[in-house]
Amino acid sequence: MKYKEKIMNIIFFAAACTSILAVALICLFLFVNGIPAMAKIGVFDFLLGKTWKPNNIPPSYGIFPMIMGSIYVTAGATILGVPIGILTAVFMAGYCPKGLYRILKPAINLLAGIPSVVYGFFGLIIIVPLIRDAFGGTGMSMLTASILLAIMILPTIIGVSESAIKAVPQNYYEGGLALGASHERSMFFVVIPAAKSGIMTAVVLGIGRVIGETMAVIMVAGNQPRMPAGLLKGVRTLTANIVIEMGYAADLHREALIATAVVLFVFILIINLLLSLLKRRAK
Amino acid sequence: MMESINKITFKQKINAYKRSPLSLFLFLLVIVSTIVTVAILLFLFFYIMIKGIPNITPELFEWKYSTLNVSLMPALINTIIMTVLSLLIAAPVGIFSAIYLVEYAKRGSKLVNVIRITAETLSGIPSIVYGLFGLLFFVTTLGWGMSLLSGSFTLSIMILPLIMRTSEEALKAVPDSYREGSYGLGAGKLRTVFRIVLPSAIPGILAGVILGIGRIVGETAALIYTAGTVAEIPSGKDFLFDSTRTLSVHMYALTSEGLYVNQAYATAVILFIIVTLINWFSSFIAKKMTKS
Repeated sequence: MKYKEKIMNIIFFAAACTSILAVALICLFLFVNGIPAMAKIGVFDFLLGKTWKPNNIPPSYGIFPMIMGSIYVTAGATILGVPIGILTAVFMAGYCPKGLYRILKPAINLLAGIPSVVYGFFGLIIIVPLIRDAFGGTGMSMLTASILLAIMILPTIIGVSESAIKAVPQNYYEGGLALGASHERSMFFVVIPAAKSGIMTAVVLGIGRVIGETMAVIMVAGNQPRMPAGLLKGVRTLTANIVIEMGYAADLHREALIATAVVLFVFILIINLLLSLLKRRAK
Repeated sequence: MMESINKITFKQKINAYKRSPLSLFLFLLVIVSTIVTVAILLFLFFYIMIKGIPNITPELFEWKYSTLNVSLMPALINTIIMTVLSLLIAAPVGIFSAIYLVEYAKRGSKLVNVIRITAETLSGIPSIVYGLFGLLFFVTTLGWGMSLLSGSFTLSIMILPLIMRTSEEALKAVPDSYREGSYGLGAGKLRTVFRIVLPSAIPGILAGVILGIGRIVGETAALIYTAGTVAEIPSGKDFLFDSTRTLSVHMYALTSEGLYVNQAYATAVILFIIVTLINWFSSFIAKKMTKS
């Protein structure tokens, strides 16, 4: 009997260590394959090089356009998605009649579950033609990608900020009313500041999702590997760079793509760090 | 009139807004944003449904995929196989590690902290990075090739943190009195875990596992370079090492080829319905748990 307990104890322990092993393996494989390539290309030429032409002779591997592409698209999606998301969360928490809430809440959760290919397809057949008709060009642009990603992060931002707003004690709101503030003033100047760190968490989670998003972006962003030239011009993000070229890349080109993933990974690690800092502050 | 004391009439509201333009402005902002959100939601839903449902034809469910008839049946079956395989790997590991964290580990030990941090890191990693890791490790280093096995191992790492977290919460929700009662009757730790704690935590764990299924079904980026894009049902002795495409990858292939827009509409509807049903089922179970 004791014997069995010991064995199972070890099995549980081993299972618990799997996630450590997984992170270690992911870091190991990405860094071992990516860092040497970065060194070979030259860290500065790689990170700040403005041309990505792996097929040229000699090839140039600068991922600065893709880094800027990711940053611009993320900024665009954040600017569009965050205000709408937070304001909708305010509606859900402070205005929504019960009957409507019962429909709206599951509907927004439904939006969260839609696979990114389906979003990408939607962007391709709806948003791309809209942008093309309105502004000319191909319609596949930074703006298109930003709009689509803003839609994709809405459910995350709404859900997390709503629960943050609801977690603020009711007497904060009532205190505001008692001092003569209107419902809006009380919500916006008392309750929301109190829910600040929760709402920031929502924003950072949204940013993490945008940076990591791949399939939807590829379908609508145009993917030209050059410096982002404007809102209505195509961009390529870090994620898109990997998916598009990994299929046929070889040797240094392939390693440069893995190094691209390393850069992406570092971005995500920074975001995770931000998240845990926010969580600590919330406590 | 009792109720009229705390009720504000519509007229009073209008007057209040007249006195405070800022409040009115904020109110309008909230309403406009909500309308935008709802409009996007409705449009997305109805557009996909209206365009997609008429395109769902019996031919789409034929057994064989060919360029003349881009049947989604093989992809659908592959999705099921892929899901089952990934869960076979991820569910036990995830549940066991949750058991370790909740029942066995000393509170606040360093190792537990490391496990938590790594699980959080895993849940933030984008799926394309998983895909690349799968390509480097399972496909190339272990030599499994682009296959069902490589794909499901990659996916199982991806959903591991999700299953871990939900199982952990479910186990934590089991009252300590259950455990004490079991010990009091002379049961050992292992028996208590498997006979008492796990059964009462099952609904919560199940809700997490089902959410994991939803993620597997919707995943594309992690699979393109680990499971490949062959639209055939794997068969034969070495079927685990056959390349397969799941429904999401199928959908991506259809759209990027650009020739099969109608079929892509239909596939979108089917994906949408499957994922929605899965998520709904998960929250249904979770709700049932909190009620009981």
